[in-house]
Amino acid sequence: MLGRLRRHSRLLGSGVEGVGLAALLLAGVLLAAVGARWITGPFAVAALVVVLASVVGLVTAAVVGSPDTRRRLAPFGLLKPGMLWLALFYLAPVITLLRLSLSTLPSRFAVEADFSWAFGNYTRAFSDFGPQFGRAFLYAGVATVLTIAIGFPLAYVIAFRGGRFKPLLLGLVVVPFFTSYLIRAIAWRSLLADTGQIVQLIDAVRLTWLFEGAGIMTNGRILNTPAAVIGGLTYNFLPFMVLPIYVSLEKIDVRLVDAARDLYSGAGGAFAKVVLPLSLPGVFAGTLLTFIPASGDFVNALYLGSPNTTMIGNSIQDQFLVQNNLPLASAMSFVLMAIITVFVIVYSRFFGTEDLT
Amino acid sequence: MSMPTSRAGVVGRWSLNLFAVIAMVYLFAPIIWIVVFSFNEPAGRFNLVWQRFTLDNWRSPFSNANLTDAFLNSVRIAAISTSVATVLGSMIALGLARRRFRGSGPLNFLLVLPITTPEVVLGSSLAALFLDWDISRGFTTVVIAHIMFQVSFVALTVRARVRGFDWTLEQAAADLGANSWTTFRRVTFPLILPGILAAALLSFALSIDDFIITLFNRGTLNTFPIYIDGSFKVRFPAQVNVLASAVLLVSVMAMAMGVWLGTRRRAQGR
Repeated sequence: MLGRLRRHSRLLGSGVEGVGLAALLLAGVLLAAVGARWITGPFAVAALVVVLASVVGLVTAAVVGSPDTRRRLAPFGLLKPGMLWLALFYLAPVITLLRLSLSTLPSRFAVEADFSWAFGNYTRAFSDFGPQFGRAFLYAGVATVLTIAIGFPLAYVIAFRGGRFKPLLLGLVVVPFFTSYLIRAIAWRSLLADTGQIVQLIDAVRLTWLFEGAGIMTNGRILNTPAAVIGGLTYNFLPFMVLPIYVSLEKIDVRLVDAARDLYSGAGGAFAKVVLPLSLPGVFAGTLLTFIPASGDFVNALYLGSPNTTMIGNSIQDQFLVQNNLPLASAMSFVLMAIITVFVIVYSRFFGTEDLT
Repeated sequence: MSMPTSRAGVVGRWSLNLFAVIAMVYLFAPIIWIVVFSFNEPAGRFNLVWQRFTLDNWRSPFSNANLTDAFLNSVRIAAISTSVATVLGSMIALGLARRRFRGSGPLNFLLVLPITTPEVVLGSSLAALFLDWDISRGFTTVVIAHIMFQVSFVALTVRARVRGFDWTLEQAAADLGANSWTTFRRVTFPLILPGILAAALLSFALSIDDFIITLFNRGTLNTFPIYIDGSFKVRFPAQVNVLASAVLLVSVMAMAMGVWLGTRRRAQGR
């Protein structure tokens, strides 16, 4: 038994590090299991004792161990509090959500749900809320494309033509962040209203036909249309796109562009062959940072949309907080999370997670 | 970069600059609306239609008691959660950055997950946990929720900053006889402090602005965004614009100071 444990710990790392890592992972898994009530009663007590022992053991080893042991265990001492916090308040909630999504409410007015492998919640999530899922990913996708279309040229101008104003220009991109995004949505609501400044301006210059043709206006209005929701999402997440693209553009050595020009590449060719490929990591990072929160957002649909433009976030919020149908809300949340997680895993396989920050 | 000399090149150049200017106008349109309407004298309970210029709102930013309470709650929550999350997150960043050890993959994954999970899922799953344990939701649960997403944010931001850190400096300090605590206090910490401060500032902003996760875990607690959402159908006082503009002003000044200090340090050659 002990030999097997040692062999496993060698698999994880060598000696002290292996034990430290194994203790950290074990403590995290046990804490998440207890938090999610996967382990209950005396077993939960035993699991908590093990978690506590791993912490006490780490502290003891740090106090009485040799300087070398201490140095090797330092990373785990640093990781433990934060990782255990995430185990208890991220992993355990997600497991609870999964359990709730397979539960049923005993009666219409009950709040406590019973676990019963109720996959019906999932079929209902798809059959009743298919349009909301569809709109969530459609709107988030269009908004992501728009943030690239607006954000890339903006980041390009700041990175290559900003000169000594670069920090100032970047600061300006971030400034809108510092007002509440709810108030920003309300501001757009007021600006885009039928009596608001923007619609009036379009009417005054008689360009309504143009905006109707472009799908931005419907029956002479902008507010409460899909375009308004997508516009709000685009607005909200534009800085998340500009910043990573700027970071990757900034790293490009401009002499590479000069070299391409010296080798008789046109301006377009130099851009397509040099600048664009080198900026892709920023575009991919920005895509994640925009698409994920946008697909779960419900504030823009709430303030700028109509009942015909609700997204899955609106439905989850409604089922959870208004209808009190926790099992159904959990199933919808879990589906949303599963789709996004698959997206993230595929993404990180291709591009890594290092560019996320 | 070589300057384009052809007419098409010049036109292209200027149209791109013009596009950037329009994009900036787009970014600032609602901000300008918020600031301008903080000087409006609303006719009824809704500060949504322009009437006339007044300074009254700025003279009495705290005249609405419920709004003030909600705002103070937001500041308190952000202060507590940011302090805890900055410590926990920076520790994680240091633990992961020093060297790559085998098995750090799952840890990195767990760290990225809260950032890549939509807020509505984070909020609803935590609320499900609290309901499951019969924990009544309020101030404490909101603080716990904020710490949860801030820890990941701080850890990833600080780790990105310390990636280029020269760890041989610690070795040098040790060779000169410093123990590990002194090395940390005198060498490592001062060098990573700017990164930690930047992460703390941004996660403070994330907390004070958070609406979705707070909505699920607040119980009956009001925060600034919750108050705005809850009262929007009934009233929208100009004080909302005043407080929002004030927060904007303070953060812009903090940021300007950061930029100024940064350029000055660079000018001095560090």
